[in-house]
Amino acid sequence: MTAVTPAPPSTAVRPAPAGAVPPGRPAGRSRLRTLAGFAFGAAVLFAVAPLVLSDFRLALLAKYLCVAMVAVGIGIAWGRGGMLTLGQGVFFGLGGYAMAMHLKLADAGPGGMPDFMQLYGQLDELPLWWRPFASPWFALPATVLLPMAVAFGLGSLVFRRRVRGAYFAILSQALAAAMVILLIGQQGTTGGTNGLTDIKGFFGYDLDDPVNQRMVYFIIAGTLLALLALTRQLIHSRYGELLVAVRDGEERVRFLGYDPASVKLVAYVVAAGMAGLAGALFVPAVGIISPALIGIVPSIEFVIGVAVGGRASLLGPVLGAVAVAWARTALSERFPGTWTYLQGLLFVVVVAFLPGGLASLWALARRRDVAAQPLRRGRLSLGRRRAERTEVPAA
Amino acid sequence: MTVLFGQLFTGISIGAVLLLIALGLALTFGQMNVINMAHGEFIMAGAYTTYVLQQSITGAGLSLVVALPVAFVVAGAMGVLLEVLLIRRLYARPLDTLLVTWGVSLMLQQLARDVFGSPNVQTRAPELLTGNVALPGGLTIANNRLFILALALAAVAALTLALRLTPLGRRIRAVVQNRDLAAVSGIATSRVDRTTFFLGSGLAGLAGVALTLLGPIGPTMGTNLIIDAFLVVVVGGIGQLKGSVIVAFALGVLQATGEYLTTLSVAKVIVFVAIVAFLQWRPQGLFTLRTRSLA
Repeated sequence: MTAVTPAPPSTAVRPAPAGAVPPGRPAGRSRLRTLAGFAFGAAVLFAVAPLVLSDFRLALLAKYLCVAMVAVGIGIAWGRGGMLTLGQGVFFGLGGYAMAMHLKLADAGPGGMPDFMQLYGQLDELPLWWRPFASPWFALPATVLLPMAVAFGLGSLVFRRRVRGAYFAILSQALAAAMVILLIGQQGTTGGTNGLTDIKGFFGYDLDDPVNQRMVYFIIAGTLLALLALTRQLIHSRYGELLVAVRDGEERVRFLGYDPASVKLVAYVVAAGMAGLAGALFVPAVGIISPALIGIVPSIEFVIGVAVGGRASLLGPVLGAVAVAWARTALSERFPGTWTYLQGLLFVVVVAFLPGGLASLWALARRRDVAAQPLRRGRLSLGRRRAERTEVPAA
Repeated sequence: MTVLFGQLFTGISIGAVLLLIALGLALTFGQMNVINMAHGEFIMAGAYTTYVLQQSITGAGLSLVVALPVAFVVAGAMGVLLEVLLIRRLYARPLDTLLVTWGVSLMLQQLARDVFGSPNVQTRAPELLTGNVALPGGLTIANNRLFILALALAAVAALTLALRLTPLGRRIRAVVQNRDLAAVSGIATSRVDRTTFFLGSGLAGLAGVALTLLGPIGPTMGTNLIIDAFLVVVVGGIGQLKGSVIVAFALGVLQATGEYLTTLSVAKVIVFVAIVAFLQWRPQGLFTLRTRSLA
């Protein structure tokens, strides 16, 4: 069995017959379109949104964009890799707690302790495992590396033994449950149900100041765009092709000499890293991280945005996550009960009857255009059908 | 010795609750490969059925006896409805079923909130079940826990006998072992599926009745239990009941022992780690049906 590493796109180009489009790799025109799309997205996020939205709404958008980052990761793991991960809240939480611990310690000053520790824990000194987080050089990498390490640990154990499908989904959900119970149980050192609250400073900047909130928003928007660019490269690389192949026929890929476990592991770890980063940026944007934000229910709510937008597409998860989060705020402000019904209905209708999400409607409309031009149809639909097949095969 | 016995019995009684919930899941997951996240809400339905019955039947003992069959039918009917309306369309997509039924469970929870209110409600336990049984050597066992253990074991026994001896059970086993072959042999598999769903969901209703003896009833009571029950099924292996029975009690005892030696929260983590470690050894669960399928 060959260990598979994601080949960088530049080395992925094989000598292809003249005129053939390498499968899954975008032709020049579509690359141009992608660049235009990114420019448009950047313009909306960096210019239009800050001008149009009030400070309050912009802070909300920052929060939604953090959710969207998690969604991008789920799009890779679930949409492209077929791994329904119901425990992304764990990684979101690890990133968030790592960041919040650092910020709490920075707020407390050198030698100080976070306020809640004396309150609940009656601790005289900082617990050992908190200490490294005082240094930003430890805490910042930890926000991404810690979730990735946990995902690597669980993933390498589980995928190698071919635990997959529903079994994996349940395990990932159980991980979220265990993590939340652990956080609540260790109230003295984790803040318990309340979590880490009341975070005031962000590397010397006062978070109550609207200007600094705006800065946090820009950081989040920039990070999201960077993650999208990374994801695009990933899914158009040979590794991306392989990942889709593993999703659609794991045994076939195995018989071809690849190691599906490694392929899945990479996608799972990348998704975890993205969730961790999102959690880390969520903390300065919202000022709190708590078990209620990372447990079973929020973990599965991350998934619904992805399903609505279109799990296998690049932009679908982002737009879906932002739309669902926005709808949630808008509706639950006015009719709290109605939102729960609607959310449940969304799960049922989208997943059961529109498994490709809204992106599949878009693709459907475009395919009709393409069909109108019979000359180019064969070439285009080949690549597209591969990349956009979203049906999950029977386990 | 007393402490050890106490912990052991606590573990067994946790296991009995898990078993009651997991039995229904093992049936539906094993036969149809369907992850029914709304199973937890069928538990809730069973519990609220007991509550509603107690409004009209004053005797706590009588209402409990009446509640058992009624809750079975109520939860079973909900299960059949879910199967007919949604799950039947999704048999080829198990992961999607999980998400769809999660959506259903959200709606059912909200429905319970709207009908019965968000705060938890209480039922009265029959006097017979409130006391303790004293055993020689100063050991005591709570009556209600003993009742739940008996209920769980009775459910296992009834289900095992039904699967072994009745024509329906024979059809269910045939569909579990090889759906296509069963279908070409003249078994109406979709009708068998519906019956299995009725039985599995009905068992959740029974579990709900049992849970009213242990604590308050609330709209989200199912969510907290369902994951542990799914873990039981995953670790026990699908397609057979004995795996679930053994694993339910093993997890219960592990949980109770871990709780005694450390804390509740650490015990949960220990159980999770133990499950992942166990799956390294037997990734398909404790017992599996040997088939030639690749998946």
